[in-house]
Formats: sequence, C-alpha cells, structure tokens
Amino acid sequence: MVSAPSSDGLIYVPPGVTRSAKIVISGSFGVGKTTFVGSVSQIPPLRMEERITQASAGVDDLARAPRKTTTTVGLDFGRLHLSDALVLYLFGTPGQDRFRPLWAGLTEGALGALVLVDTRNLEASFEILALHEAQGTPYAVAVNLFDGAPYYQLDEIRQALDLDPETPLTTCDAREGGSGVLALITLCEYLSHQHAPAHAPAHASVLEPRP
Amino acid sequence: MSGPRRDPDLVRPYVRTDGRVRAHPDVRLETVVLAASGPSAGLGADARAVMGLFDRAGGGGLAVADIAAALEFPPSAVRIIVSSLIDEGLLTRPVPAGAGQPETDLLQEVLRGLRALV
Repeated sequence: MVSAPSSDGLIYVPPGVTRSAKIVISGSFGVGKTTFVGSVSQIPPLRMEERITQASAGVDDLARAPRKTTTTVGLDFGRLHLSDALVLYLFGTPGQDRFRPLWAGLTEGALGALVLVDTRNLEASFEILALHEAQGTPYAVAVNLFDGAPYYQLDEIRQALDLDPETPLTTCDAREGGSGVLALITLCEYLSHQHAPAHAPAHASVLEPRP
Repeated sequence: MSGPRRDPDLVRPYVRTDGRVRAHPDVRLETVVLAASGPSAGLGADARAVMGLFDRAGGGGLAVADIAAALEFPPSAVRIIVSSLIDEGLLTRPVPAGAGQPETDLLQEVLRGLRALV
C-alpha cells in the first residue's frame, strides 16, 4: 500500500513499517540507472544532492577552475513497499569515476548491487565491477536492452565482462518496471543462495575419529 | 580581506550539525525514523526543518534519504542531524511488532515481496 502524498509532495513510509532494506543500482554513465529506478519505484523517484570535495588536479572539467574543489552530485532513489512491515529503497550510484567517494555511503549496508550494462559500451562496466569487488558488495549483472543495441549471447557477454561463473547475468528493459523487478529477483535469489552456506552446520565431524 | 577565505560550503555542514561530525554507523540512507514526543526547545534551524517534516506524518516515517530529498540537504549532513535527534529522543526508529522474537531473514522477506509484484 502506498499512501497518498501529502500537500507538500511527501510520501511517508506507512505506520507499521519496521524494516527497510537497500539495493544499489549501479553501472556506467548513461546506462539507464535513473530510468530503472524510476520505473521500478512505487513512489515518484526522488533526488538528493550530495556535495563532494576533491583535489582538482587531473580532473578535466575542473582544471579550468582550479580553486573550485566542491561539486554537487545528484543521487536518484526510489522506494518499494514490499509488505506492511518492509520497504525497499533503490539507490542509483553516480556513474563517473570522480564521484567514487560517495560509493561507500551508498553501498554500506546494502543487500547487494544490480549492475546495468550496455552492450555498446561493455568496457565502461569494468571499473564498476572492480569497485563492487573491492568493497565486497555482492552483485548481479543485467544487460539493459537498448533499442538498436547489438545483440550478443549472454555467454559472450559473461566472457567479455570476465564474470565469475556463479555471478548472475540477466537482461532487462530499464523502462519496464516489471522487467526491472525480475532482475532484482535474480539478484536476491543469488544473494540468498550465497547466504545459505553460512547457516549450514560445520562439517568438522567428518574429521573426528570414530569411537 | 587578505588570504583565501575558507569555502563556506565546507564550513556549513558543521554549523548545520551543531559541531557533531559523525553519524551513528547504523543511521544510513535507508534508515526509517519516526517522530517521538520530546522537548524540542533549542534546536537549530536545520534540526527544526527535519522535525517539521513530521508535522503531518500521522505516525508515518521517513528514511534519511527522503528527508535529504525533501529539504534539499546533503544526505551526509542529514545522517548526522538524524543521529543527534535520535540521541535527543525526538526521533525514534520503529520497533518490530514481534520484538524479542527472532527476526525473519530480511533477504527472504525482500524476495517474497518482490515475487508478489510479478
């Protein structure tokens, strides 16, 4: 149930919700993260503005204004009301490398990440995958099916991205909410399998001598 | 005035958060908070603005990210303000109905909710 917005446009998390979870939607610049968040979210997507400060050296578009070291990054997010007690937040990560300092706050506590890729620019995804791996954020990959983008077999894409055999690779249309939800299910099924072995009893008994 | 001025954008978050520089580690972007009743005298302008969002909440909550978007405050600052307001007893985190019982696995609950949408 999504409550009606109040007069100032705020849509409250309904009373009774006691838990919230987060999934990050990542991918390189222009891969469809904002579209994905907007089509899957059950409330109109929202945007936060974070400021980051950085040394301007070597950053192309700041080089002409070296004294300006603070820049603003828009962060899109949406919300799904999954039950009377649970909401899921989806956060789009900024695609450009220079906004990397924001990633820690975005991925901290996340269930996992869904990485969108574009077959026209697979190389742009390498650093995103590397970042998730460095941060220990489990991820699944979804090819966003752009109209007119070249079609490749998933096996070929898996190979090109050098994905682990167990990393899920699926397709989606970021414009279609239902398609996005299916990609999120693929991610969560993977995460739940990943968690499962941790709950299994230790197998130390195998090594114990029989009486 | 001689010498470079400090960038006011850098100073502002500290003023905004009454000198507090750290958020609670478990107050994250998706953390949902509710208004609690408590004395709100002496709050800074930004903390008052946060509390003002709950005037018509009717028992509903907002996540840190919702607050940041509504007020156009940087989320990093909102995490700190919300942490302070929790410490002061003005905001609270929702308590699970079956408090004390082991919580069901969050991931399984998310999965169930997502599957119900398709």
